[in-house]
Amino acid sequence: MTEIQAGPGAAVTAAPVSGAVPAIELDNVVKEYVSHGEVVRAVKGVSLAITEGEFFSLLGPSGCGKTTSMRMIAGFEDPTQGIVRLHGEDVTNVPPNKRDINMVFQSYALFPHMNVWDNVAFGLKRKKVADAEIKRRVGEILEVVDLVGREKRRPKEMSGGQQQRVALARALVNRPRALLLDEPLGALDLKLRQAMQIELKRIQREVGITFVYVTHDQSEALTMSDRIAVMNDGLVEQLAEPREIYERPAGKFVAGFIGTSNLLSGTVQQVVGDTAVLALGANDRILVPAGGELAAGATVDLTVRPEKIKIAKDRPEGDLSVVRGTVSEVVYLGTSNSYVVALGDGAEITVFEQNAHDSTITAERGDTVWLSWQSWHSYALR
Amino acid sequence: MSRLRAALTPYALIFPGGLWLAIFFVVPMIVMLSLSLQSGSVEDGYAFTFNWHSYADGLANYHDQIIRSLLYGLASTALQIAIGFPVAYWIAFKGGSRKSVYLFLLLLPFLVSFVLRTISWQFLLSDNGILLGPLKDIGLLPDGFRVLATPFAVIAGLAYNFLPFMVLPMYVALERIDPRVLEAAQDLYASRFQTFLRVVLPLSLPGVFAGVLMTFVPATSDYVNASVLGGTNTTMIGNVIQNQYLVTQDYPTASALSFTLMALLLVGIFVYARALGTEDVLEVAAR
Ligand SMILES: Nc1ncnc2c1ncn2[C@@H]1O[C@H](COP(=O)(O)OP(=O)(O)OP(=O)(O)O)[C@@H](O)[C@H]1O
Ligand SMILES: [Mg+2]
Repeated sequence: MTEIQAGPGAAVTAAPVSGAVPAIELDNVVKEYVSHGEVVRAVKGVSLAITEGEFFSLLGPSGCGKTTSMRMIAGFEDPTQGIVRLHGEDVTNVPPNKRDINMVFQSYALFPHMNVWDNVAFGLKRKKVADAEIKRRVGEILEVVDLVGREKRRPKEMSGGQQQRVALARALVNRPRALLLDEPLGALDLKLRQAMQIELKRIQREVGITFVYVTHDQSEALTMSDRIAVMNDGLVEQLAEPREIYERPAGKFVAGFIGTSNLLSGTVQQVVGDTAVLALGANDRILVPAGGELAAGATVDLTVRPEKIKIAKDRPEGDLSVVRGTVSEVVYLGTSNSYVVALGDGAEITVFEQNAHDSTITAERGDTVWLSWQSWHSYALR
Repeated sequence: MSRLRAALTPYALIFPGGLWLAIFFVVPMIVMLSLSLQSGSVEDGYAFTFNWHSYADGLANYHDQIIRSLLYGLASTALQIAIGFPVAYWIAFKGGSRKSVYLFLLLLPFLVSFVLRTISWQFLLSDNGILLGPLKDIGLLPDGFRVLATPFAVIAGLAYNFLPFMVLPMYVALERIDPRVLEAAQDLYASRFQTFLRVVLPLSLPGVFAGVLMTFVPATSDYVNASVLGGTNTTMIGNVIQNQYLVTQDYPTASALSFTLMALLLVGIFVYARALGTEDVLEVAAR
């Protein structure tokens, strides 16, 4: 096993740095807990490879195994099965203090008995970095997180956002090769949260290290990440770039979890060219790209994003998906209006309409309306 | 009206306790203070004469016992930290869901009366008792070896008798440490030992501080352990005071000694609090 160098400058593992070697790799990792005599499978076989310098997010609902996965990367949990690699090196049995990555905890976990300066300097002191070097680097990082002048404060004397930045500085000052962040913005209010999102992204670009970011907030993951692994019930449902995940969700779960999406299903009546036609009623039809897979008689689950749908009082013309329904809810959202439209068969479709021109709304509760969208906005789920 | 009530509420809350302290603490203190300055004899009665000689005589005659008491108190407190800290640590971090069971077990011996417990120690440690007897029989210990009536017996007895008051506050302090803070230390390259030294220990200091306060004072002024487990060479100031009150009935000397001890303990506690109770210690620990 290669040793981690202790000393001034960035400590690096002796593993060769190459674009081909992923910064972090989970290879079919399983984690089981035994609680009250029962085996809980928190992570059920996760494989992923995170690239050097990437902003990578683990996204999923509460209890899906995000924290557990991250704790295995950091070394706080031993995988029941599988291998954890950092920069190509198997670290499955290496303790956390010997791994060249740092973690920002969900609750910050700052040292309550130390002031800001000592909190931030803790890691460098343990690595026996020279005093002058510590002084310089701590000063530098406090500038980056905008905490200059607050060196003598104790954690309890600071706001949530400031504590969060101390936690960030405490990890970043060590110049780890990867930073793990477990819902670091969870405790902040919306305004501060958004400010910190931009800040985090800026810091990541500035220091250029791999960020692994755990969140259950899909908009946060979508805006910040280079790639996202959507997890559910101990498994990765989809691993892709944000746009891909949003536009082409890999299944019902991802479609439902990311953004608002309308889940519809129907039977293919005929395939015209590359478009499958699903008939719902006399005037209603849904067009789906057939992709060479759909044939007449097949049952299809599909999603349509609310912002892709047009709402109108009259039946639109053209090669569009067209359905008719009754408005059951109108919500004014400021920048947009949101309509919930009930279809004849009981299904409901949510539609967003931009408030681009004036704030008049197209339809009122109880109105009969036509919904339409381009065939390629129907996305068939497998 | 409601403002008046809000202003009065704190006083209403403190009233029962305050009254209790006034009757059973302040009044006896004044009585004792006056006693310590009286002169006379049991037969002729005592009169208040501002006789501060009781203090001077007490110090002159019994300074050995006073110093011994302070030393025994310190030694037993140190012994309690040495024994109690690992116990508190273990219960707090390794106790899992059975923490309260272990705490109860720790307290279990203390449901038996203080004196009875000490007498059972006398029985355990007696020269040919169940502990020393067999060891002497098989020749592991010389025949003349004894534990009873030695300083060790008294100090050990003191440590045993006040141990829960040391362990409980330390446990509370350790229990309050967020395990994620310890993980953070490890994440920041601290070894297990460094994590203990830099994080666990400083965060547990308030508990140790409270534990020392709660055990050093009663241990120093104790007389039961010295009279049951000790001998003529281990007399503590508590024994002297008890003897002066109940046997010799020299109330002024007994009261004067009590006040002397109290003053010494107060000064000691004050110095200790100044040295340890402030955040300076934590600052040092952060280095
Ligand atoms: N120490 C443990 N013992 C037993 N079960 C555990 C333990 N830690 C986690 N689990 C279980 O493992 C599953 C995954 O937990 P994990 O903390 O990884 O979820 P998460 O995705 O981080 O959720 P959240 O968003 O709520 O933080 C949960 O069902 C949880 O109850
Ligand atoms: Mg979590």
